[in-house]
Amino acid sequence: MRVTVIDYKAGNLTSVLKALRHLGAEVEVTDSDLGMVAAAERIVLPGVGHFAATHRLDASGLTLAIRAAIARGVPFLGICVGMQWLYAGSTEEPNQPGLGQFLQTCARFPDGPEKVPHVGWNSLKVHADSRLLAGVEDGEYVYFTHSYRAPVTTNTAATTDYIETFAAAVESGNVMGVQFHPEKSGETGLMILRNFLALEPAEAAC
Amino acid sequence: MLTKRIIACLDVDAGRVVKGIQFVDIVDAGDPAELAARHASEGADEIVLLDITATHEGRATLLETVRHTARMLFVPFAVGGGIRSAHDAEQVFDAGADKVSVNSAALADPTLIETIGRSFGAQAVIVAIDARRDPEAADPVRDAQVFVQGGRKPAGRRVVEWAREAEARGAGEILLTSMDADGTRTGFDCALTAAVSQAVGIPVIASGGAGTVAHFTEVFAAGKADAALAASIFHFGVSSARSLKQGLAAAGVSVRLPC
Repeated sequence: MRVTVIDYKAGNLTSVLKALRHLGAEVEVTDSDLGMVAAAERIVLPGVGHFAATHRLDASGLTLAIRAAIARGVPFLGICVGMQWLYAGSTEEPNQPGLGQFLQTCARFPDGPEKVPHVGWNSLKVHADSRLLAGVEDGEYVYFTHSYRAPVTTNTAATTDYIETFAAAVESGNVMGVQFHPEKSGETGLMILRNFLALEPAEAAC
Repeated sequence: MLTKRIIACLDVDAGRVVKGIQFVDIVDAGDPAELAARHASEGADEIVLLDITATHEGRATLLETVRHTARMLFVPFAVGGGIRSAHDAEQVFDAGADKVSVNSAALADPTLIETIGRSFGAQAVIVAIDARRDPEAADPVRDAQVFVQGGRKPAGRRVVEWAREAEARGAGEILLTSMDADGTRTGFDCALTAAVSQAVGIPVIASGGAGTVAHFTEVFAAGKADAALAASIFHFGVSSARSLKQGLAAAGVSVRLPC
């Protein structure tokens, strides 16, 4: 189970790498190696912090390389900001476009009596036949820490309620994202990462 | 629904846990990794490792301890004690911590909060505040005095204004310890916790004074706490995070129950 983790200098990768290795994955990390992405079997884009950090993906050419890998059928998992990057963009940094795999825009939770950021363990409502969330039951808890969130759409794989209902996970074919941190979500999180690692790259489309 | 967090705290000196629950069937009750894993499996939502070693040699031991503890831990893991610079923080993150807790160093140089937050994200920075009510102040609670150096020296700051500054500088959470309540086992300082929690928009972790399950229920309701630190309660009262959470659930508090 080989997995390529993209480092774009948005926070610390240690926990993600640790969890993937714990599950038996052969992990390689790159912040610029386009050849590695071209040969990737699976790609994980972690990320905590600011959406603006994703500009490094454009600057290094990784955005195009990841787009090509996704088109080849390589399973892709974005975590937290890495999930938000799959959308058209985020109001956190309006001048920085996302990958545009999903057409909506991420935005900050509305102001109100509830605290923002949303920090802590919250429950999932699992939708549809998600491959990523196979075996995860409604009501299982995962760990969140974020101020921006994606809207609920037909591609939403799970929702969570905080202030409103938002997309906790998204999935369309081989493209997946989770707003929460599976690497910090105990056994439920490990199960989700295990599901991802079990996905095989599709045959090359050419 | 977002649950209230129970955070298990391990005080570590020279790589060994010096306080904390001694589970009956645990091989080595002083091993932080073993205790952290046990707390996590018993339902603790998060683990805080507090380094009480002050020596330089102790820092190297700490990093080894953090690495060792983080290895098999898959819940959020925070480390505090003696983090004086962005470099110190970076070493602790590289060793496997998800968050660092800064206290005295942030008071000495508040820009430390921004520096760490810029590199690792605001969610990774906990500002720990030790406060004692000031009976001579116009508002003894909101104007509680902030202390540094493990509560030995007044910092010349008031709790609410310092918490607000910490938030403005990018702190992700506040860990608020009531020095009046700490060690008493007579309950958290709910008024102090509520004053700070309502003054900021970031989560507040209450600490100091826990003795019974009811104390946690009170600090989540009247104290408006988002999370609470459980340390000596595991010594003297409630036996585990599991029994604490079962008690909280029975009292109607939303918590994540362990499997």
